[in-house]
Amino acid sequence: MKQGHHQTHDSIPAIATVKTKRWEIEGVAIIDVKLSTNQRAWAQSKPGQFAMLYGFGVGEIPISFSTLPSAEGRVSFTIRRTGAVSAALTRIKCGGVIGMRGPFGNGWPIEQLAGRDVVIIAGGLGVAPLRPVIDYLAFGRSDANRATLFYGAREPAAILYTKDIERWRNAGVDVHTTVDTASHDWRGNVGVVTSLLSGVPLDSENTVALICGPEIMMRYAAEALKDAGVSDEDVWLSLERNMKCAIGFCGHCQFGPAFICKDGPAFAYDQIRSNLFVREL
Amino acid sequence: MKSIEDLIRNHPFLQDLDKTSIALMAGCAKNVAFDQDTYIIHEGQSADQFFLIRNGAVALESYAPGRDPVVFCTLKSCDFLGVSWLAPPYRWQYDARALEPVRAIGFDADCLRKKCDANTAMGYALMKRFVPSLMQRLQAARLQMMDIYGAPPTIGSAQDRAR
Ligand SMILES: Cc1cc2nc3c(=O)[nH]c(=O)nc-3n(C[C@H](O)[C@H](O)[C@H](O)COP(=O)(O)OP(=O)(O)OC[C@H]3O[C@@H](n4cnc5c(N)ncnc54)[C@H](O)[C@@H]3O)c2cc1C
Ligand code: FES
Repeated sequence: MKQGHHQTHDSIPAIATVKTKRWEIEGVAIIDVKLSTNQRAWAQSKPGQFAMLYGFGVGEIPISFSTLPSAEGRVSFTIRRTGAVSAALTRIKCGGVIGMRGPFGNGWPIEQLAGRDVVIIAGGLGVAPLRPVIDYLAFGRSDANRATLFYGAREPAAILYTKDIERWRNAGVDVHTTVDTASHDWRGNVGVVTSLLSGVPLDSENTVALICGPEIMMRYAAEALKDAGVSDEDVWLSLERNMKCAIGFCGHCQFGPAFICKDGPAFAYDQIRSNLFVREL
Repeated sequence: MKSIEDLIRNHPFLQDLDKTSIALMAGCAKNVAFDQDTYIIHEGQSADQFFLIRNGAVALESYAPGRDPVVFCTLKSCDFLGVSWLAPPYRWQYDARALEPVRAIGFDADCLRKKCDANTAMGYALMKRFVPSLMQRLQAARLQMMDIYGAPPTIGSAQDRAR
């Protein structure tokens, strides 16, 4: 399995100041922060990596970059308020400070996307860790052949990044969205995200897929791609487990033989398929 | 202009259906169109038709008194519309509304059921196409019912939860 990439602040948090905060949808805030030190090192971060964000006096949690740190140390995170730490991080006002360790994890296999058709399948908040890679495909110097995003959310009001979706579409990304349920006036798709796959022809041999969302949705999506002839090695899933150290010491994030913080969070389906069907893991 | 047999032969749902079955089905079929926002089927009414969508999108809706109708599934070109015609009491279980102008092949359900009974090979061929699609829709409904995008009550491994 891949080793984690270059890391800047493994154990001592860097200080970052909250520059903007807005509620993107109910319960989900986007915070834009500025690092006060070591900006250049953080700017080496890759799409799909994450940071350990520290809410002072409350605790620390893993959160993916939803835009990569810039050379000036600006970076944004999309945080769902679920418990104590995420609530504290989303409560912080502009000018407040948080701690940041990282970047951690392997990130998405960007180097494997050149010349390939990239299929991105996102569910709910799973679109956050995928946002930098979609930005890269849409606006970066990507040599990928074609990019398609399938994005499923709970309901129309829970669709994240609606403005980015327009920008991605305008930049040539083929975007398909669906929701689990909708009211009468919704004109878009309703159904699980995998139902969108049947409507779009896939060149299965040349497809690389990146999937992030609730684990059950990722399993269904990976199996649907398998049925469509995409090789397990070309299907990448980003896994989540509770974390403490994020540097492969404490064993908190163990998944079979792997540590998600260090060997993941992105894994090729052939590496993890058997373990994904084991309930105790 | 394409004949109804051509339309049936070319519809993905009936891919590779044998010639005899296509001819038999064509005897029950006609070309139909629905304007945007018209209802194609209504809950509670007799399920006397079955449709293969050629173009457009259809919303399947349910409603409970005092609540707004809820769309629980949308269908696109290449999908089929209508399951209730297959089994008694042959009554629609939901509403279907054209989200866009829809063109479809409409089948007379009574005619089709009789032909399935009389020509079991055709009936079986049709069921082999229905069952996988029904399984997919059932799986999808299960996932939707689990409300997977809401925060789950617990996360992580069994060890994590024990810690
Ligand atoms: C690599 C990685 C990247 C992540 N990226 C993001 C991100 O970009 N944005 C984001 O909002 N979250 C992300 N998470 C999840 C985030 O770390 C957790 O939501 C967080 O740890 C919750 O901590 P808490 O103290 O707020 O809540 P806790 O008190 O730990 O939990 C409160 C409640 O939320 C539930 N919960 C905890 N974690 C999750 C979760 N991951 N998903 C759903 N429910 C959960 C718990 O079961 C509990 O019921 C990521 C996790 C990992 C491992
Ligand atoms: S969080 Fe400690 S080993 Fe991964």
